[in-house]
Amino acid sequence: MTEQILPDQVHDVVIIGSGPAGYTAAVYTARANLSPVVLAGSVTAGGELMNTTEVENFPGFPEGIQGPDLMMNMEAQARRFGADIRHEDATEVKLEGTVKEITLGSGGVLHARSVILATGSAYRELGVPGEKELSGHGVSWCATCDGFFFREQVIAVVGGGDSAMEEALFLTKFASKVYVIHRRDQLRASQIMADRAKANEKIEFIWNSEVTEVRGEGQVSQLGMRSTVDDTESSLEVTGLFIAIGHDPRVGLFKDQLELTEDGTLQVDGRTSKTSLPGVFAAGDVLDPHYRQAITAAGSGCVAALDVEHYLADTADSDAAETRAAQPASV
Amino acid sequence: MSDLKAVTDATFEEDVIKASKPVLVDFWAEWCGPCRALTPELEKLAAAHKDKIEVVKVNVDENPAIAAKYGITSIPAVFAFKDGEKVHTSIGAKPQPALEQEFANVLS
Repeated sequence: MTEQILPDQVHDVVIIGSGPAGYTAAVYTARANLSPVVLAGSVTAGGELMNTTEVENFPGFPEGIQGPDLMMNMEAQARRFGADIRHEDATEVKLEGTVKEITLGSGGVLHARSVILATGSAYRELGVPGEKELSGHGVSWCATCDGFFFREQVIAVVGGGDSAMEEALFLTKFASKVYVIHRRDQLRASQIMADRAKANEKIEFIWNSEVTEVRGEGQVSQLGMRSTVDDTESSLEVTGLFIAIGHDPRVGLFKDQLELTEDGTLQVDGRTSKTSLPGVFAAGDVLDPHYRQAITAAGSGCVAALDVEHYLADTADSDAAETRAAQPASV
Repeated sequence: MSDLKAVTDATFEEDVIKASKPVLVDFWAEWCGPCRALTPELEKLAAAHKDKIEVVKVNVDENPAIAAKYGITSIPAVFAFKDGEKVHTSIGAKPQPALEQEFANVLS
């Protein structure tokens, strides 16, 4: 670094991401007087829960709460303690050294003594022919956005987890029939969600099957399918396909600077949030290949905030010690 | 609320098809979270290129005819119209720089 950065231009902590992990880290670091800057994302603020409906398993809301409301509450709570929440994207980061550098989508640059990476995860694509071409023309990843357009139509959901069940159940409000296509013969979803989906008369399960192709001229009309048991090929007439087969951690911004696990998530030290570089911490889905819940992400954001507090206190102590050692006592 | 002009089934022909400038049409709905996230980005885009283009919004709930005519099945969807013809489509909420790139041919 050639140009001089004045200490008062260096933030204590910049948080990248604004799901439950990012906002919880913001609440904690703001209450610790660290004046966090949160890069919430220009169009992704609030994270994945912004595209969900009822959240029934976040403790403290006995009647449930809408996903977007939960996130707006978290944002308001972080702001209440002085978090500087910006609807901006980080487009480049330099994480080595004692002062980290974050370039913004708007062109500005932030400097920070510590960074919390809470970038979450992005939906996974099937990777089959026709999927990209028909995306927005019957292929969708957001039931709450697009379900409305499939009134009285026959559609399909791919996936066997909670997200797939939630999407399928939501889509029954509009569609005349919802097929759920799953590669195995049993669901990964929680019992309560699985039971609800199985009890819904508009939902029909297609077990042990995968989608091999999405077909249609300008609009989805048919799926190519294959049995995962005996490789038999078949087809299914639908006008919409909702894909809910899981997520991949969003690590593109920093994957060349930090160690990753075999799952592609950020590597952290034990139960802490410490990544392979000092002063760089991780929270939420970006480090979590297994649990991926709003509440685990929130807990993980708290861990990162506390780790940042200790890190800043320790580095401040050693800086002070160095300064004392360098200057002869004058008293 | 948004600064962008609201276009309806009744005014689409006049405001979009017969417009002298290229028009970006944002198909949206109240219940669509990503649509709300996209609006400020489109407003920035509109302000930055107000000499070249117009950016308008169509509420798909209230204007089903236009949404059906253009086969909208996913929102937010932004369609670019030039001389009454649809020339480009962008699906999903994207930041302003990404929109600039996608619609480069109508912005230049």
